[in-house]
Amino acid sequence: MRVVVCIKQVPDTTEVKINPETNTLMREGVQSIVNPFDEFAIEEGIRIQEKFGGEPIVITMGPPQAEEALKTALAMGCDKAYLVSDRAFAGSDTLATAYTLASAIKKIEQTDGPVDVVLCGKQAIDGDTGQVGPGIAVRMNIPPLTYVSKIREIDPEKKTIIVERLMERGKEVVKCSLPVLITVVKDINSPRYPSLFEIKKAAKKPMIKLGLADIGIPENRTGLKGSPTWVNKVFSPELKSVNGEIFQGDPEECAVKLVDRLINLGKGVSL
Amino acid sequence: MSYVTINKEACIGCGACVDVCPQSALYMKDDKVEVNEKCNLCGACIDACPVNALSIPREIKDSACLADYRGVWVLVEHDGKKPVNVTYELIGEGRKLAEKRNTYVGVVLLGNNVSHMIDDLGSYGADKVFLCQSPVLEHYRTEAYGDVIVDMVKAYKPEIVLSGATTQGRDLAGFVATILETGLTADCTGLDIDENGNLLQTRPAFGGNIMATILCPNTRPQMSTVRPKVFPVPEKTDKKPEVINFDFDFSKITIRTEVLEYLPFEEKISLADAEIIVSGGRGLGKPENFEIIKEFADTIGAAVGASRAAVDAGWISYEHQVGQTGKTVRPKIYIACGISGSVQHLAGMKHSDIIIAINKDPEAPIFKVASFGIVGDVMTIIPLMTKELKKRMNA
Ligand SMILES: Cc1cc2nc3c(=O)[nH]c(=O)nc-3n(C[C@H](O)[C@H](O)[C@H](O)COP(=O)(O)OP(=O)(O)OC[C@H]3O[C@@H](n4cnc5c(N)ncnc54)[C@H](O)[C@@H]3O)c2cc1C
Ligand SMILES: Cc1cc2nc3c(=O)[nH]c(=O)nc-3n(C[C@H](O)[C@H](O)[C@H](O)COP(=O)(O)OP(=O)(O)OC[C@H]3O[C@@H](n4cnc5c(N)ncnc54)[C@H](O)[C@@H]3O)c2cc1C
Repeated sequence: MRVVVCIKQVPDTTEVKINPETNTLMREGVQSIVNPFDEFAIEEGIRIQEKFGGEPIVITMGPPQAEEALKTALAMGCDKAYLVSDRAFAGSDTLATAYTLASAIKKIEQTDGPVDVVLCGKQAIDGDTGQVGPGIAVRMNIPPLTYVSKIREIDPEKKTIIVERLMERGKEVVKCSLPVLITVVKDINSPRYPSLFEIKKAAKKPMIKLGLADIGIPENRTGLKGSPTWVNKVFSPELKSVNGEIFQGDPEECAVKLVDRLINLGKGVSL
Repeated sequence: MSYVTINKEACIGCGACVDVCPQSALYMKDDKVEVNEKCNLCGACIDACPVNALSIPREIKDSACLADYRGVWVLVEHDGKKPVNVTYELIGEGRKLAEKRNTYVGVVLLGNNVSHMIDDLGSYGADKVFLCQSPVLEHYRTEAYGDVIVDMVKAYKPEIVLSGATTQGRDLAGFVATILETGLTADCTGLDIDENGNLLQTRPAFGGNIMATILCPNTRPQMSTVRPKVFPVPEKTDKKPEVINFDFDFSKITIRTEVLEYLPFEEKISLADAEIIVSGGRGLGKPENFEIIKEFADTIGAAVGASRAAVDAGWISYEHQVGQTGKTVRPKIYIACGISGSVQHLAGMKHSDIIIAINKDPEAPIFKVASFGIVGDVMTIIPLMTKELKKRMNA
């Protein structure tokens, strides 16, 4: 059984604030972290390998400093890391990212052997699209199972998997053949914290860099050139002030006034 | 490969771009901006520059073949009985786009025995229904649905394809756009058309902290998933749509998934459908105080919502959370109690018809969007209102 986990390094968006004066993002001191949903993917990958044997591989596409994210994954228990990095990849949208990553995974298969399960997070907390996972599946010609909240069983002999998918109004139980691409939601597990010992051990694990030439894809299918979508404008969400009627002063009087308004409004509603 | 292009002549060295760069790729040298290898061409700096000294080296391709693409399509999501609301919302919004483009609104209806939905879809504004029915399409499955839609798009060449940003809609659109090798914009909250026929797709990113407008100038169709409850459901008419039956040879594809069973949740609270919602936030101070909110909500027949701060504190369960990472709601009346009005909370409720805020801080951002409000302590105001309401209802 061979598992590849795709992770993305992201800014910790809970730290990102808007500067009210200049209306721009304030990012001083904002840390780069492993996309939180990807920690669940890493954990699930390690659990699959603990059960069925094999060495979980972790892969990221990003600038050189994305190596830090890979180190976290190695410390959690992945055995081998691939850093897909090249100037040519800069500016990739989800189509180009998925194409590049899928091509890299196919390349890895040539050295490490065929992959049975590719794991991704539900979405990255910066781009927030959730499109890279299904895109990789299409490019690898394997079925995508998105929003997976539980892997019920894997049969390595028959090459099948049964999962639960978390939908808006219920759970769907799906059976599928391997190989497969899975995107996970946070209900699936609780990720482990690496111990100091494992962090040390991780420094000795293989970290392999793949550039455009290593993967052997045409330059016009990745980066800006391979990206049909353009980010045209970035701005902070503005609040249109409605200049409403805001009561202040004696609580009792305020409450009575607001109830008046509410009853008026409520005429069309089942008050 | 390229980085963001800097016009050194134009640069006035103000540093505005340095402050907004998410990658810390820009820095000042000799009063001019420089770029380093961290630049990932995200474009955040372009608009920050007051003198337009920054640009991204892109090419617009010959647009002649794009003109073959006509029509605005909506991918119908349904439960076998009727379409889900976001489908109607998108038909309404699609109508507006189609009028600007002088073209038709088409809907794509797939399933097994689903033709009873045709007239319903027409009555909300669909001009054409592209229909494909087969036992293979009984349950939604990415590969089967996706393969049919890809063939339909190739045959009829729509210029825009919209789908709900639901689990199914995102799954399906991601699959279809990748095969068609066209752009897909995720989770849009605003759509418009420019003079060149480009769809201006506006969406939140970075956890709702920023908004981005995305274009797809060189490929067709332009595809977007659109967040539910952002656009209103259009008025019904008695229009009858044209039906196009689409034949698909299912023997040519292998479908590798099988739906074994579906386990629906017990819907206890249906926030999404409530006409009135009363929500509590961190300002309630402690879990017991939610009882005051619940009693008030019961009095006016409202559902109970919450901010993430209240959910994270363990005062109420996640199903009640409204916002970016919770539910998006669009009730007639939304009453926010002890909620500050963060961008993430607003993302889930700002399209409510009427917003009412009760907060002790007159500067709280929630008052900006409130049609009515009280500056005061929720623990005092809410019980007073409950009492007053009960008095009037009994009268
Ligand atoms: C403001 C803004 C808005 C954008 N909007 C769009 C848009 O609407 N459409 C579009 O096509 N592009 C868009 N992009 C570009 C997009 O963010 C990038 O292509 C990004 O590399 C991947 O998309 P994501 O962050 O949404 O990832 P998601 O698709 O949300 O990521 C899902 C999973 O895929 C895997 N994954 C994602 N990226 C990587 C990676 N680099 N390496 C390894 N694994 C990865 C991870 O497992 C992750 O959990 C936008 C960018 C910005 C800055
Ligand atoms: C990626 C991301 C996703 C997020 N998703 C969501 C989401 O889905 N939903 C969401 O709600 N948040 C979300 N958040 C969190 C959001 O940023 C805010 O932290 C949160 O909404 C704050 O909740 P609050 O308004 O209850 O608390 P606070 O911001 O602390 O506000 C409490 C308010 O109560 C008032 N108050 C205090 N005491 C009283 C009193 N006695 N009487 C009257 N008023 C009083 C205060 O003046 C204050 O305005 C998200 C954040 C991130 C980074």
